[in-house]
Amino acid sequence: MEKQSIEQLQNICTQLRRDVLRMVHAVQSGHPGAPLGCAEFFVALYFDQLHHNPDFKMNGSGEDLFFLSNGHLSAGWYSVLARSGYFPVEELKTFRKLNSRLQGHPATHEHLPGIRIASGSLGQGLSVALGAAQAKKLNQDDKLVYILMGDGELQEGQVWEAAMYAAHYGVDNLIATVDYNGQQIDGPTTKVMDLKNLKAKWEAFGWEVIETKNGNDLKSVIEGLELAKSLTGKGKPVMNLLYTEMGYGVDFMVGTHKWHGSPPNDEQLAKALGQLEETLGDY
Amino acid sequence: MSLDLKFTYTEKKDTRSGFGDGFLEAGRRNPNVVGLCADLIGSLKMGDFQKEFPDRFFQTGIAEANMIGLAAGMTLGGKIPFAGTFANFATGRVYDQIRQSVAYSDKNVKICASHAGLTLGEDGATHQILEDLGMMKMLPHMTVINPCDYNQTKAATLAIAEYEGPVYLRFGRPSWPIFTPADQKFEIGKAWKMIDGKDVTIFATGHLVWEAVVAEAMLRQEGIHAEVINIHTIKPLDQEAILESVKKTGCAVSAEEHQINGGLGDSIAQTLIRHNPAPLEYVGVNDSFGESGTPTQLLEKYGLNAENIVKAAKRALARK
Repeated sequence: MEKQSIEQLQNICTQLRRDVLRMVHAVQSGHPGAPLGCAEFFVALYFDQLHHNPDFKMNGSGEDLFFLSNGHLSAGWYSVLARSGYFPVEELKTFRKLNSRLQGHPATHEHLPGIRIASGSLGQGLSVALGAAQAKKLNQDDKLVYILMGDGELQEGQVWEAAMYAAHYGVDNLIATVDYNGQQIDGPTTKVMDLKNLKAKWEAFGWEVIETKNGNDLKSVIEGLELAKSLTGKGKPVMNLLYTEMGYGVDFMVGTHKWHGSPPNDEQLAKALGQLEETLGDY
Repeated sequence: MSLDLKFTYTEKKDTRSGFGDGFLEAGRRNPNVVGLCADLIGSLKMGDFQKEFPDRFFQTGIAEANMIGLAAGMTLGGKIPFAGTFANFATGRVYDQIRQSVAYSDKNVKICASHAGLTLGEDGATHQILEDLGMMKMLPHMTVINPCDYNQTKAATLAIAEYEGPVYLRFGRPSWPIFTPADQKFEIGKAWKMIDGKDVTIFATGHLVWEAVVAEAMLRQEGIHAEVINIHTIKPLDQEAILESVKKTGCAVSAEEHQINGGLGDSIAQTLIRHNPAPLEYVGVNDSFGESGTPTQLLEKYGLNAENIVKAAKRALARK
């Protein structure tokens, strides 16, 4: 894929946000907040960082792989997959509807290109990504494995089983990113179950940890991912703590958990879309 | 009075050793076979594989949820992961991981579960899982296999390595008669009629196949001719073989080292109810947990041995 300018990438982010809002609005269900906050990450990854082939092969041999562990961000992932050529953009309108390949949470069952494992039940993705990364090593495949997790998701114990394992085996062909937005469905993480010092936690588990302080600034996100990549192959798994704002891009949705799992109504959608210019054409 | 057994043995061995030897052989045949184990390598008999193929074996520590996820991920690189631990930790503890990352995602993971059922013995009820077959057979896409002795477990292990799709393979700890041939061909989903009979059919799985063989000889002394069918594959169930046999005998007994609720017997009952309603008596654990004891003591106390199969066969016959 040809490298795109920051401006072009920014336009894709804006379109992704429009897609997400329209998708969840159309079925009056789904999770808009976190994918709005991760638009820059999704676009930076798929349009700038990943060595990938939209002509999808399940085994992903010779490609970078991406796993979405916090599967409720499905609307954002589906949008970036469609916009990067994995399946027709028109298919986004089937999101969460009967007989769709775009299930509420990502699934392989319906054979949607781009998805390699089901996710949604939280805490499982890091283990899967580690397995895929170790299989790459066994196969002498030098490409990388990426994974995104939610910060609330880190309350699941399995994540820490996987964290311990990754460092023990020195799985250094893996870049994990945590969407560090400080929100989860019942409220701020500090109130629901405080994560305390995440950086120190991951470091104590033996990971190389970087922080991307402005996860809603494309240039920063790309720089963060470049830095993370430069740290691979050095014997340690790499953690990218990506500070984002849930609901970013829509003034009345930003920075709150209220839009974690609630769709906008007609009026709210119109107001939100008024803040996000149609750049690539709506589906 | 000595019994005239249709199958005999000269040696006893644990079924887990059949798994361990089959696993090593599968690893020699196919370089994509890899192993994972959650701190029970010795108990699962995975040590020989680990020694011969250290780069293809992953000790996960006491972290079963992570192990299931790792195995699912490894399939993406074309690996055929055999993930081993005790049956309790291989199912109940990681049900959601198996459901989402393996079964729903249709990943080629082999879940290898030792120390299943009461015959684990002295460790007691915390480890004696009696619900695993039920949990696993309820999962769409999952194949569920419960072989009866060392030879059949080894053959099953080799067979699942060549089969594409998620499999639950259940075996155990006690030293058990080796009464099936070493050179058997294991066909997943194909029941094996071991003894022909006309009066009652005994459908048995796992360790209780041996008890069924003994029960058949005991019944024959009383002039009752039982058919013994080895149901090594709980799912997909060989409904054709079940119906064909019961059509002839008119009644049946199911025998398993598992809860009656949700086990093999229930699968057979479903089949009979829909196609050929006939008396069926269950030999299994009746809605209770196990306890510490020797395998023989436990099978006796919980009503799972040959004598209980004989009683159940007579109850079934009386209902014809």
